Formats: sequence, structure tokens, C-alpha cells
Amino acid sequence: MTDQSVPTKPKALAVASGGGHWLQLLRLIPAFEDHDIVFVTVLESYRRQVSNKFYVVRDANRWNRFAVLTLAARMAWIVHHEKPDVVVSTGAAPGYFAVLFGHLFGARTIWVDSIANVDRLSLSGELAGKHADLWLTQWPHLAKAAGPHYAGAVL
Amino acid sequence: MILVTVGLQGPFDRLIRAVDEWSALRNCAEVFAQIGKAKYVPQHMRFTDFVDPFEFKDLVERARLVVAHAGIGSIISALEAGKPIVVMPRRAGFREQRNDHQVATTKYFEAQGRVIAAYQEQSLATRLDYGLTLETSPRISSKASPQLISTIRSFLDNELNTMKFG
Repeated sequence: MTDQSVPTKPKALAVASGGGHWLQLLRLIPAFEDHDIVFVTVLESYRRQVSNKFYVVRDANRWNRFAVLTLAARMAWIVHHEKPDVVVSTGAAPGYFAVLFGHLFGARTIWVDSIANVDRLSLSGELAGKHADLWLTQWPHLAKAAGPHYAGAVL
Repeated sequence: MILVTVGLQGPFDRLIRAVDEWSALRNCAEVFAQIGKAKYVPQHMRFTDFVDPFEFKDLVERARLVVAHAGIGSIISALEAGKPIVVMPRRAGFREQRNDHQVATTKYFEAQGRVIAAYQEQSLATRLDYGLTLETSPRISSKASPQLISTIRSFLDNELNTMKFG
């Protein structure tokens, strides 16, 4: 018999590409301590770094249309299957699609643009702005009244 | 041990060649390099194409100095281990990156005193010599800034000031 009175934790889908994107995402995770976290990233070798449920997707850039479509379909499936309460990403393309589909499927969405984007927001960060409830840059000089906003950095 | 890393974004032979030449001149230091799918074959240091994240973490822990492209992953890894890091930015002009954002990254972290910067390979040797004189510093926290963590928490708790964050 399941005990319906036990409140389940809200679920967060945390999404990042490899390298700096992934390490920046991990530095945000302490904000989600009362959430169940499901990770989506691009390298199988990151699995052992976290004890959570974990998906690997193939990254894509704007020059490869087939890879972009495949990634979009896979992220749509993951978001629909996991039904997260909140989606958070530090980029790049997988995070954009996670925020897009999260928004469409009713999750709250957070985009933290990579600190590597000093002169301008990333393309995925620009595109994600429309679908992110909390849209952040890590650079005060890139913040605008209509977003992205600045609220500190991962470092 | 000195750890050299070019990260995941493709080779960075300009950096590897410069460290290799420095390594030959100094002849004293043990150098290990992660070079990606590089054309240049190092002559004076041990190297591999890629290492998995655990192995990489272990290498950073064992290193006395990290030398890297100005990638955020490399910089975070060194700072979290409290190791001095010399960075050289990838340049679009050499087809090492699509744009010059690593130059801006380098300037920012240099201004904060968190990295030693070599903007050209010609200045790398002196920066490496200097880096070897530095001690390990305290590890940085493994969390984002308190402001960023608390902003995300407020958002999750529906307490964010909606006047400020639409």
C-alpha cells in the first residue's frame, strides 16, 4: 500500500553540455537541495560524478540540422517522460530544448547563461530567453530591464 | 607534476608546442598533457588525447601547476583544487575557436587575480616560470555565489521579487 500522505519532493531536470557547462551546472545544484534531480548531459563519463538518474544526449550545433532535430526530439521525449516541476540549464543546445519543452509542458524554467559569454549572450541563451521564467546572465553589463537579469555568478 | 589541458573543444597545438618547448628548456619538471586530437606530437612531455572526469580530477589534485586554454571547465577545476593556473586564450584567427571569447574570459579572471594570463605563446615561458613559484591556495567553495544560489532558491520558493525578475 502506498502512503499518499508522504509529500514527494519536486523534481528538477538539470541540463548541460560538456566541460564548463557541466561544471557550472554542478555549482548551481546546492540551490536544489529539496528537489529530486534528474541530470541530462552529453558525456557518459559524467554519470559516476552524480548518484542521480542520468540521461545522455548527443550535443548539436546550429550547423548540423539533422543533429539539431534529433536532439530536439530526444529532449522533448525526456521532458515529457520525466514531467519535471522545474528545468534548469547552463547551456548550450540541449539546455535550450529542455527549457523550450519544459515551458511548453508546464514546468518552471531557469536559464543561467555560461560565464564564458562575456561580450554577448550565447545564441542558445538568447533563444531560451523567451521560454525561461528566470533568465540570467552572469555578467552585470549584459543585463537588461526586460532580461536577462544579473544575480551573481557561479564563481 | 605540471598538468596541461586543452579541454574538449578540439586541439590547441599553439599551447602544446609552446609548453613542450619550455619543458625541453627547463628539463626539470614532469609535465603531463591532455592534447585532444592534435597534429603536433609533443617531444618532451607525456601526453594523451582525453582523460575521463575522475582521472582528470585526480591529475589536478596531483599537479603543482595547471596550464590550460581559457576554458571555464579548466579554470573551475584548478580553482576548486586550489592550484595555480596559467591560461592562454584560444583565438578565432588561428581557427582555435569560433570567436575570441576566451580572451575576455582570460582578462576577467586575470583582473580578479585568479589566473596567470599568457595572451601569446611568446609570453608563456615567463608565465610558466612564475606559476612554478606559486604555492597552492585555499580551494574555492564548490557552490555558486551566495547571491546566485539565493536568487534561484527564492525563485523555487515563489518568493522572487517579480518587479525585478519578470
